[in-house]
Amino acid sequence: MKEFTYVIQDPMGIHARPAGQFVKEAGSFADTSVTIGRGGKEVDAKRILGVMSLGVKQGEEVTIKCDGPDEDAAAERLEAFLKENM
Amino acid sequence: MKKLEGKSVFAGIAIGKLAVYQKKENTVRREKVTDTEAEVKRWLAARDTAKEQLGALYDKALAEVGAANAEVFEVHQMMLDDLDYVESVENIIRTQEVCAEYAVATTGDNFSQMFAAMDDEYMQGRAADLLDISERVVGVLSGVVSGGINATEPVIILADDLAPSETVQLDKSLVLSFVTRHGSTNSHTSILARTMNIPALIGVDYTDDLEGRDAIVDGFTGELIIDPDEATAKLYADKKAQLLEKERMLLELKGKENVTLDGKKVNIYANIGSVADVAEVLKNDAGGIGLFRSEFLYLESDTYPTEDEQFRAYKTVAENMAGKKVIIRTLDIGADKQVDYFELAHEDNPAMGYRAIRICLDRVDIFKTQLRALYRASYYGNIAIMFPMIISVDEVRKIKSIVEEVKVELTGQDISYGEVELGIMIETPAAVWMSEELAHEVDFFSIGTNDLTQYTLAIDRQNPALDNICDTHHPAILKAIRTTVENGHKGGAWVGICGELGADTSLTEEFLRMGVDELSVSPSRVLAVRDAVRRTDLSK
Repeated sequence: MKEFTYVIQDPMGIHARPAGQFVKEAGSFADTSVTIGRGGKEVDAKRILGVMSLGVKQGEEVTIKCDGPDEDAAAERLEAFLKENM
Repeated sequence: MKKLEGKSVFAGIAIGKLAVYQKKENTVRREKVTDTEAEVKRWLAARDTAKEQLGALYDKALAEVGAANAEVFEVHQMMLDDLDYVESVENIIRTQEVCAEYAVATTGDNFSQMFAAMDDEYMQGRAADLLDISERVVGVLSGVVSGGINATEPVIILADDLAPSETVQLDKSLVLSFVTRHGSTNSHTSILARTMNIPALIGVDYTDDLEGRDAIVDGFTGELIIDPDEATAKLYADKKAQLLEKERMLLELKGKENVTLDGKKVNIYANIGSVADVAEVLKNDAGGIGLFRSEFLYLESDTYPTEDEQFRAYKTVAENMAGKKVIIRTLDIGADKQVDYFELAHEDNPAMGYRAIRICLDRVDIFKTQLRALYRASYYGNIAIMFPMIISVDEVRKIKSIVEEVKVELTGQDISYGEVELGIMIETPAAVWMSEELAHEVDFFSIGTNDLTQYTLAIDRQNPALDNICDTHHPAILKAIRTTVENGHKGGAWVGICGELGADTSLTEEFLRMGVDELSVSPSRVLAVRDAVRRTDLSK
């Protein structure tokens, strides 16, 4: 399993559109499970309503866990995505 | 005649008949089914149809009102694909053995309540999105036609609030104005009104018996006037005619050059205070940004904005301006702009106190963070940097040596940056007196007439008791500007004006005669100044 943390920079937090893009990215690794968590709550990163329900705000840290055959590639891609967009 | 008060979210005047928006009525009943798998299939088919409709709405919105208003439909499509949503609908159908309409409506309500209960205003607003998509699917399942307005001529629309899918389905050519009971300045309807450039009011508690009545929307005062009397109707008809004439004239000037009748050209740029203002800059056809106040990054934050945060803001503006000049002013807090986390001591005379470049040269770490962000962003567009509250050549040299350090650091880290013009604000009498020497140090001057007026006339801007003696056309100010322009040119610096005086069209001719190279004004004044320039003949 690969795990990393990231502090959200976007002033709006994880709002609908970037949440959607993030879910799409996570969904592109079909055989690897991906979760996103904040402060003890963890959800499936491939489900937009779950990701939005975390209500992550600017300055809060999220933990991403990737588990499966493509975990290295998934972690790398998602980390790059977060840095670029959130 | 009756007047209702609301809050304006976009200025303008609309005159026409009222039409009450009819919500589509879907009464969902909890009906038992025996073949649950067939019901699941019905749901999946309805969902596909709903997604197709959303795709069509996306295309329609994109074409009519732009990407920012269209994106919501893409998110709606993703919500309908969400496995939590899908599993909830299918579970309800299978375990309760009920119809798909009921399962979808219940799922929509549950998720909507979940968002409504969140402690974040933005997420609370998403509750309406969940209801909107669920209603759409229920509509497909039950075959109920959509709601709307009953009108054949343009009308003023009265509604509780409008969902994105409702506004986009409206025939825009029939909409004169939106008046809603609920909604906020950031609700979808408000954003759409601004995009469509039509007046809109929120928070108007109207009654439902107004269908077809004559009315006026005053987007300046926030009033809805119902059954106006003759005098009021005439007053507003005149007002509206004037507005239209002004708009028509200004629109005709879009894309035209800022050139006098005898061929002298000048740059007209815009002043902005946030990334979002760029839209107005482009809409009003400004040639660049002459003053981008970077304070918002500091004022909107609870702590020092990071280099990356700043970089993103500057990069966005530079990219959106696509090669046009973007002059960003470094941090100008202190005086009337206070930021808690800077922990500035109380001062008796803050206008002449610890502010702007004085803070930056004292707390170099903060200054360097901003400079690094600016230089990194310069790679993505045409960025220039200007420094506020300059009083001496020595200050400028210190700034330039810090800038050099930053460039060396970036080069050492293999970080690219572009060519950056450096300039200073001329807003103190000292800078005017020293303008010839200062011109040799920098690429440009930008005259900040607001502070220059206050410091030259020794008149506190914030004190209304002095308004009667504050003559913004005081000869001392005009002389200071003339001197600055002459000395700037002598030393090889171009000279602009970014204070309020720059937008004063009664002075445009005088500024042109002085040889001012650039006028930077609020976006809404760009075309008015262009108009003044194009009427000027310097040969006479």
